[in-house]
Amino acid sequence: MSEQPHFTLDGRRVPFADGQTLMTAALEAGIYIPHLCFNPEFAPHGSCRVCLVKVNGRVQAACTTPAAAGLTVQSEIEELREMRRGILQMLFVEGNHVCPACEKSGACQLQAVAYYVGMLAPHYTHFYPRRPVDASHPEAVLDFNRCILCELCVRASRDVDGKNVFAVQGRGIQARLVVNTPSGQLGATPFSIDDKAAQVCPTGTILLKHRGYETPIGQRLYDRKPISMVGDVAQLPESRGGRRHD
Amino acid sequence: MIEARLKVATCSLAGCFGCHMSLLDLDERLFDLAERVELDRSPLTDIKELGECDIGLIEGGVCNAENVHVLMEFRARCKTLIAIGACALNGGIPAMRNQFALKDCLEESYLRGMGLVDPQIPNDPEIPLLLAQVHPVHEVVKIDYFLPGCPPSADTIWTFVSQLLSGQSAVLSYTQIHYD
Repeated sequence: MSEQPHFTLDGRRVPFADGQTLMTAALEAGIYIPHLCFNPEFAPHGSCRVCLVKVNGRVQAACTTPAAAGLTVQSEIEELREMRRGILQMLFVEGNHVCPACEKSGACQLQAVAYYVGMLAPHYTHFYPRRPVDASHPEAVLDFNRCILCELCVRASRDVDGKNVFAVQGRGIQARLVVNTPSGQLGATPFSIDDKAAQVCPTGTILLKHRGYETPIGQRLYDRKPISMVGDVAQLPESRGGRRHD
Repeated sequence: MIEARLKVATCSLAGCFGCHMSLLDLDERLFDLAERVELDRSPLTDIKELGECDIGLIEGGVCNAENVHVLMEFRARCKTLIAIGACALNGGIPAMRNQFALKDCLEESYLRGMGLVDPQIPNDPEIPLLLAQVHPVHEVVKIDYFLPGCPPSADTIWTFVSQLLSGQSAVLSYTQIHYD
C-alpha cells in the first residue's frame, strides 16, 4: 500500500488527495492560512492575494496552487506577514472602512484577518472614494464602500442561487461591484436574504436589515478570539435568528 | 535619587475626546502614571503653549487649518509621536464627510438645517478654515506608534504606555487591538 502523498507546511506534514489545493489540504489538516476571497464552498478565485505562501521559495496564492508531493511551503514567516499586512492596508485605504460605524464590526472577516496579520494602522494614503449605499431592498442593504471585490456574492448568486444578481464592472482601479438590473438597484432583483449570496460577504457590504446590534459589540465572533481559532464567519452554522455573523 | 519625569503632551484634533476619556479610565493607575510623567500641553492641564516633550499623544484626525498647525507643532516638539484611536489612524467618523463636497456639508448644517433663524455659514476669521477633506495624521507628519480603537481601552493604553515608559517594545494581546 502506498503512502498518502504529502507536502510540508511550516515544517508540518500535510497529506492531500488528488485535486486539492494547498489551501484546501491545509484547511483539512486544521492549519489556518489567512484568506478573504477563498471560501471552501466555491471554486478558488485567487484575487485577494492574502493567502500568499512561499512554495519552494516562490510566492504563490495557496488557494489556487495545486498540492503536489514534496513541496516545501512556508506561511507563518515575517516576510509573508509583512506582505499580507501590506495587502490588508491597501484594501483598507481603497474603500471606506469605518469600523466604529459598521454593523459588521467584530464579526467581519476583513477586520479579523487584519487583526491576525497584525495591522495596526492603514499606513498608505486613503482614497476616500465616493461610493453609493443601496437601501432599496426591503430586507438587505448594500454598502459599496466596504466592498473588496472578492466576488463571493457574484459566485454565490450565479452558481448556487442561479439568480446572477451581482457582477463586477470595469477594470483595474475602476472595477466595482454592480447589481445586474437596468436600475442597478438591489430592490429590483429577486435577491432574498435566504440566498447563499446573502451569507458569504467577508465584509459589511451586504447586511441584513432589522437585525442591527442584536449581538453587542464586544461579544462578537472575533472580539475575543482570532480567526485562526474560530474560523470564517460564512462557514459557521446559522445562529439563532438566522444570522451568520454574530 | 528621583528620576526626571518624562514630559507628555496630548491633544484632540478632529476627535470626540473619547480617547482622552479612555485615558482617564486608567482610574487609580493615573497615580502611578503621574509619578512617571509630567503633563505638558493637554486638555487635562489647559496649558496652551507646547514645550519640548518626550511623548506626544494625538487623538483625532485633521479636519481644519488649526489641526494641521497643532499637529506639526507636536511633531516638532515631541521626540515620540503616538496616534491614538480610529480618527487619528484613518479619519474615523469625521472622515465620513469626505463622501460629500465641503460646500454641501456646510449648507446642509447651516442653511438647510431644521429650526434655523437667519441661516448663514459662519465666516468669522477666528474660526479655523475647514479642509476640503478630513485626513488621518500620518498623511501629514511622521507618526512613531499607532494605537487603534474607538477608543482604545484604558487597559490597552496602560499596557502600551507602561511598555513605552520602560523602554520595552510594544506588545499588545489579541483583545487589546480592535478597530471599533
